[in-house]
Amino acid sequence: MLESIIAGAIRAGTPVLFACLGEVIVERAGLVNLGTEGSMLVGALAGFAITAGTGSALLGVIAGALAGLLLSLVFGYLAIQRRANQLATGLAVLTLGNGITAFFGRSFVNQQIHGINPLHIPILSDIPFVGAAFFQQDIMAYLAGIMAVVLWLFLYRTRWGLVLRATGEREEVAYAGGYSPNRVRWAAVAFGGLMAGVGGAYLSVAYTLNWIEGMTAGRGVVAVALVIFASWSPLQAVFASYLFGGAQALQLSLQADGVDASPFLLSMVPYLLTLAVLLVVGRWRRNVMPEGLKAVFGSASARSVA
Amino acid sequence: MSMQQLSISRRSVLVGFAAMSLLAACAAPATPTKAPDAPAAAPASATTAPAVASAPGTGGTAIGFIFVGPKDDYGYNQAAYLGSKAVEDKFGKNLKILRAENVPENEEAERVMENMIQQGAKIIFATSYGHLDPAINVAKRHPDVVFVHQGGAKHTANVGAYFGTIWQPVYLSGIAAGKMSKTGKLGYIVAFPIPQTLLNINAFTLGAQSVNPNATTTVVFTANWCDPAKQTEAVKTLVAAGVDVVTQHQDCAKTIVEASERAGIMSVGYHADGSPLAPKGWLTGSQWNWGNLYSDIVQTIVDGKWVGSKYDAIYREGFKEGVVELSPFGASVTDDVKKLINDKKQTMLDGKFNPFTGPIKDQDGKVRIADGVQLDTVKLEAETTYLVQGVVGALPK
Repeated sequence: MLESIIAGAIRAGTPVLFACLGEVIVERAGLVNLGTEGSMLVGALAGFAITAGTGSALLGVIAGALAGLLLSLVFGYLAIQRRANQLATGLAVLTLGNGITAFFGRSFVNQQIHGINPLHIPILSDIPFVGAAFFQQDIMAYLAGIMAVVLWLFLYRTRWGLVLRATGEREEVAYAGGYSPNRVRWAAVAFGGLMAGVGGAYLSVAYTLNWIEGMTAGRGVVAVALVIFASWSPLQAVFASYLFGGAQALQLSLQADGVDASPFLLSMVPYLLTLAVLLVVGRWRRNVMPEGLKAVFGSASARSVA
Repeated sequence: MSMQQLSISRRSVLVGFAAMSLLAACAAPATPTKAPDAPAAAPASATTAPAVASAPGTGGTAIGFIFVGPKDDYGYNQAAYLGSKAVEDKFGKNLKILRAENVPENEEAERVMENMIQQGAKIIFATSYGHLDPAINVAKRHPDVVFVHQGGAKHTANVGAYFGTIWQPVYLSGIAAGKMSKTGKLGYIVAFPIPQTLLNINAFTLGAQSVNPNATTTVVFTANWCDPAKQTEAVKTLVAAGVDVVTQHQDCAKTIVEASERAGIMSVGYHADGSPLAPKGWLTGSQWNWGNLYSDIVQTIVDGKWVGSKYDAIYREGFKEGVVELSPFGASVTDDVKKLINDKKQTMLDGKFNPFTGPIKDQDGKVRIADGVQLDTVKLEAETTYLVQGVVGALPK
């Protein structure tokens, strides 16, 4: 039972993790992209469509990544170039993604794909408990975990990571160092869209092997919320995303066990948990928030930090 | 946040929503699929009825259908869409068929129906359970329009409700599941605990128990009519719990059938024939055949005979009328199981057998239908607020 919940946590957490990692980078550059959900949706559709058309799940995931990236450029143009309000722009991009995918996704609803299936890793997959819990996932799920480590190394061990963080904290510093803050922001937004696109493609090509309109069902928005929970750290994003996925897997397992609790109350658990964690973490980790975000989140949080 | 920022944000949000509704309009058009022909082609019933010209539902130029999901979801909406195609074949010459897919179960549904009425619809089919209240609201404003709702248990002056006793084939598919299951553990992936859902879970369980008294049905609610990720996770959860036959009450059926096949377990379908999706594990399923019923409802309304007809209330029909049917059997189903099920079906057609004949006990062992008692369909739906013995899972209280 526990191993199936852990495995479920990883499965359900992986699409959120991809998007969350992308958003960590975006927010490290001092931006908040609520359009992440939209990028996930276009990624899910493009991933499914290309997989259905070519038979190659790899091409599908690449297409999903590119689609997510393209949509995030709309956000980039409005938020970076035109200096529009980021939260409103993000919401507009989200609804745009919704509309685009509803329009172009119609003919893909009843198509079948082979997609990406769980890998059987010799020895590891067969270890009692540990194998079933951790090593019966598909390759994308492992990739998400590896990406988290790579991004952590990038942020804290490379020059470019430093430039990114400088841009998000004090753009003057990056500017004085000879870097264009806007270029860094563009790169961060594009990467965020790409990762959200991969997360969406994971949902359609590896997890469910289906496309349905609106299939991200709020996971992109949750990913943005989880960035705060993760204190803008790629490694903590892993924990945050799996906790969210775990809450979902747990509530299904509790139901299957016949626990006498309202299934609707249980369905709220992942979201309640996210809220509760935001409430707690928001208070004591606010000092790690990139300075640049204070303009986005408004004066209230800036004051409480000071 | 400064005032200027606030105004920008409001404007951008408005632009966003405008963009969304524009795109949504492209995506889910209430398309007139056929231009109305010259009046010369109109049938006698529509032209020679001046006496009933004021009867509700008559005198329109269109028929509206609203669906909660996409028309090709291998499920509920596909079945309803096929029903609307049958209406189009019969009445499309002089009535425009307006369709809107992905209509949410809220005020948005009211706007879509109002829009259809503006386009000339005097008959509206509201095909999802949650479209009932929006339909009743719009109906109050348009007493000349007839609304027929699929699955409702309420009716008003110009709103009728029709449905099929889908639990009949569901009971039979329960027999297939009970016979074919090796673990005796069956799974039911459900969206919401509405009366039809509870009836189906109970019928399925009773069917399975009729051939395997120890069979249990584990119920998992997804709290969503169609969330493929949750559906996939639900299948994996049930597999981990030892379930080897999964069935469902969701709007989009495809994901669960495919995920069950990949997990190497059997599946029983709902709404539409999913056998091509699961060549190995498909057993059978229950499906809709709305065409004749929809057409008859439309005929009754355009004839001006709706008021006082059987459709002007809560109307249910079943196996006998052909609105529900059993899906084709999968390759793994043995001949003796097929025969058992077909024999049982015959006793249902003959009116000799009702799965909900008492005693029916709920999960706590309390008798809900007394020994030998058979409730009529409307009463049965209203009183089924429980799960029968042998169902694992809790209902929201």
